[in-house]
Amino acid sequence: MSRALFVFCVASALGLAATQSHAQTLKAVKDRGSLICGVSQGLPGFSNPDDRGNWTGFDVDFCRAVAAAVLNDATKVKFTPLSAKDRFEPLKSGDIDLLSRNTTWTLSRDVSYGNFAGVTYYDGQGFMVRKALRVNSALELNGASVCTQTGTTTELNLADYFRANSMKYEVIAFGTADETVKAYESGRCDVFTTDMSQLYAEKLKLTNPNDHVILPEIISKEPLGPLVRHGDDQWFDVVKWTLFVMLNAEELGISSKTIDDAMKSNQPEIRRLLGVEGNFGEQLGLSKDWVVRIIRQVGNYGEVFDRNVGAGSKLGISRGLNRLWTKGGIQYGPPVR
Amino acid sequence: MIKQGGPDVGSVGRIVSAPPRVPLHHDPKFRAFLHQVVLLALLLWFGYQFALNARANLAAQGITSGFGFLENTAGFGVNQSLIPYSESDTYGRVFFVGLFNTLLVAGLGIVLATLLGFVIGIARLSPNWLFARLAGGYVELIRNLPLLFQILFWYLAALGTLPGPRQSLSIWEAIFLNNRGLIVPAPVVEMGAGYVLAALVFGALAAVGLAWWSKRRQDRTGQKFPTLWSSLGLIIGLPLVMAWAAGWPISFERPELRGFNFVGGIRLIPEFVALLLALSLYTAAFIAEIVRAGIAAIPRGQTEAALALGLPRSLMLRLVVVPQALRVIVPPLTNQYLNLTKNSSLAIAIGYPDLFAVFAGTALNQTGQAIEIIGITMAVYLLMSLLTSALMNWYNAHIGVAEH
Repeated sequence: MSRALFVFCVASALGLAATQSHAQTLKAVKDRGSLICGVSQGLPGFSNPDDRGNWTGFDVDFCRAVAAAVLNDATKVKFTPLSAKDRFEPLKSGDIDLLSRNTTWTLSRDVSYGNFAGVTYYDGQGFMVRKALRVNSALELNGASVCTQTGTTTELNLADYFRANSMKYEVIAFGTADETVKAYESGRCDVFTTDMSQLYAEKLKLTNPNDHVILPEIISKEPLGPLVRHGDDQWFDVVKWTLFVMLNAEELGISSKTIDDAMKSNQPEIRRLLGVEGNFGEQLGLSKDWVVRIIRQVGNYGEVFDRNVGAGSKLGISRGLNRLWTKGGIQYGPPVR
Repeated sequence: MIKQGGPDVGSVGRIVSAPPRVPLHHDPKFRAFLHQVVLLALLLWFGYQFALNARANLAAQGITSGFGFLENTAGFGVNQSLIPYSESDTYGRVFFVGLFNTLLVAGLGIVLATLLGFVIGIARLSPNWLFARLAGGYVELIRNLPLLFQILFWYLAALGTLPGPRQSLSIWEAIFLNNRGLIVPAPVVEMGAGYVLAALVFGALAAVGLAWWSKRRQDRTGQKFPTLWSSLGLIIGLPLVMAWAAGWPISFERPELRGFNFVGGIRLIPEFVALLLALSLYTAAFIAEIVRAGIAAIPRGQTEAALALGLPRSLMLRLVVVPQALRVIVPPLTNQYLNLTKNSSLAIAIGYPDLFAVFAGTALNQTGQAIEIIGITMAVYLLMSLLTSALMNWYNAHIGVAEH
C-alpha cells in the first residue's frame, strides 16, 4: 500500500515537473498531426457546428487556415468550445494551441493572457431591443434592464456608457451566451448587448427575428483577434502571418479560384507571396508553398468574410471597417519580403 | 507479539534466558514509525514540488501575483447588493458584494429547507394516507431531478412567464409582480420611529423573559401559560400601540412605473427568488428523508408510552419524539446544509450575482489573477463549511446532553 502511494507521489511530481517548460507549439502541432483550436460554444457566422456536426464560421476558418499552413490539411483541427468566462485558462495551461473566439484585444488581456496575433474583425458593441418598445437610440435607455454575458469587455463598456451619459440601468450577467439570449427572449431584460457582429448572429436565433431591432449606436471599439500563448515567438509569427497573407492575397486578387493562374504570374509581389520566389515560408518554419495551401484550402480574407458573415451568408453584415485599406477600410497586411 | 514479563528469577533459583533479540527492521513498532516518517516526508516533498512548480510556471508566463488587484476599480455593475456598490468601487468590494449575496441565499435557503423538510418528513409518517403519499411523492420527484434543471425550471418556466413591467400584476396598486421581480413599498422612516423600534426590542426581550418564566412555572406547578399568544401580543401589539401614540412615524413609498422599470420600493429580483426556491425545495426533499429516518430510529415504545400518557399527537412529536430523533438527525442534516451552501454557486446559470459568479467569474476574467481569486474563493467556501459544521457539532453536543 505504501509502495503504491510512493509510486503515485513520484509519478505526480515528475508529471508536474514535465509541464514546467512549454514545448514549442509549432513542433508540438506537427508531431501531434492536428491543431487544437479554442472557439465559441456556438455563434452563427463565427464558430458554429452545422447540422452534420462540422464546425463552420469566420473564426473556425482562421483555425483551418493555420492548419492548412502547418499541416497541409485544413480539416486537421480539433475544436474546443469555450465560454467567454473560461476561454483564457485553457490557452495559458496549454490545452489549446490557439484561441480563435471573437475575443476583444485589450491591454490587460494582452498582458495577462497571451499575444494577440492581429485583428481579424473590427467590431463594436451595440444594443438590441424589442421593436414594440419604440426605442430609436441607446440614449433613450435610462432605467432599462440589460442582459449580457459575464466575463466580457461588454460588461465594462455597458457600465461606462451608462455612467458617461448619467443613465440608470440594471445589469443581469449570465454564464453563457445561450442563457443570456434566453433571458432576453423571456422578457427579463429590455436590452441585449454584445458586439454588433454577435447581435446579428444571435438575432437570427430568436423566434421572431423581425420583432427586434439593433440600435444604431456603437459604443466601443472591439478589435477581435486570435490569441497565442506568451513566450513562443515562432508560433506567434506563424499565426500572425497567416492572417497577413490572407489579407495580402485579397489585395493582390488571389483567391481560391484564381490561385492556379496566380502561380504562373510574373509579378514579383505575387511570386514572393506564393513562394515561387524566395524562402519566406521556410523562415517561418514551414514550407515555401504555405500560402498556396491556405488560399487553395480556405481562401483569402475576403472570401472567408463573405462566405461566413458577409453578403454571401445569412448574416449579411457589410464589410464596413473590415474592407481592405485600398477600398476604404482599415484591414492592412504588412508586406511579404 | 513478544511475550511480555521478565524472566522468572528467584523462587526456583535458575535464570531463564531473555527472548531472542529481534532485528530492528523486523520490529513492528519501528516499522510502523518508519512508514509514517516516510509518508510524511513524501507529502512534504510533494507539496514543496507543487509550490515550486507553480512558482516556476507563473514566472514563465509572466504573471504577477499578489493581492494588489483587490484595490483596483472593478468597473462593472451588479444587480443585487446588500452593501452600497457602484461601478467605481474596487474588486475588494465586489468580493463582499458576492459574499453577502451567497450568505443571503444560503442562510435563507437553510431556514426554509429545514422548516419544509421537517414538515414533509413528519408528514411522510403521518397516519393520514393522503398526507403521507403526497409527502412521499414530493420527495421522490424532487430529489431525483438534477438541481440545475430545477433552478432553470423556476427561472425560465415559472418566473419567466410573468408579464412585463407595463402589464404587472398588482395588489392595491402597491405591490407589483412582473418579470423584473416582486416590488413592494419601501418603508420611509420619519421622526419618532425610534420609539417604535425601542418598543419592538423591548417587546422581544419581554417575550423571551416570559417564555423563561412560564417554563419555570410549568416545571414547578404543572400549570400552562398561553406563551405563544402573549408573546405575539408583546412583539406586534406593543410597537403598534407605540406607533399610534407617536402619530404613525413610518410611511411607505409606493413603487411607480417610470420608463422601462419601477422606481422606488424594494425589489426582490427573480434570479434570487428562483435560486432560493430551487435550493430550498431540493434540499428539503433530502432533509425530509433524514427527519423520517431520525423519527423511525426512535423505539416504538416511546411513542406508545407518550400516547398512553394521553398526550395529543402534536405534543407527543414535539416533546417526546423529535428531541430524541434530533440526535440522529443533526449529523446528516449538517451535510445537507453544506451541500446547500455549495450548490448556491449554480447561481451563475441564471445570473444571480453570488460570490462564485461575480468574484471567481467576472473579477477573475478581468484581472487574470486566477491563483489568488480561486484561492480566496476556496478559502471562503471552506470557512463557511467549517463554521457550519462547528456550529452544528456544538448544537449536537448540546442536545446530546439530554441522553442518559
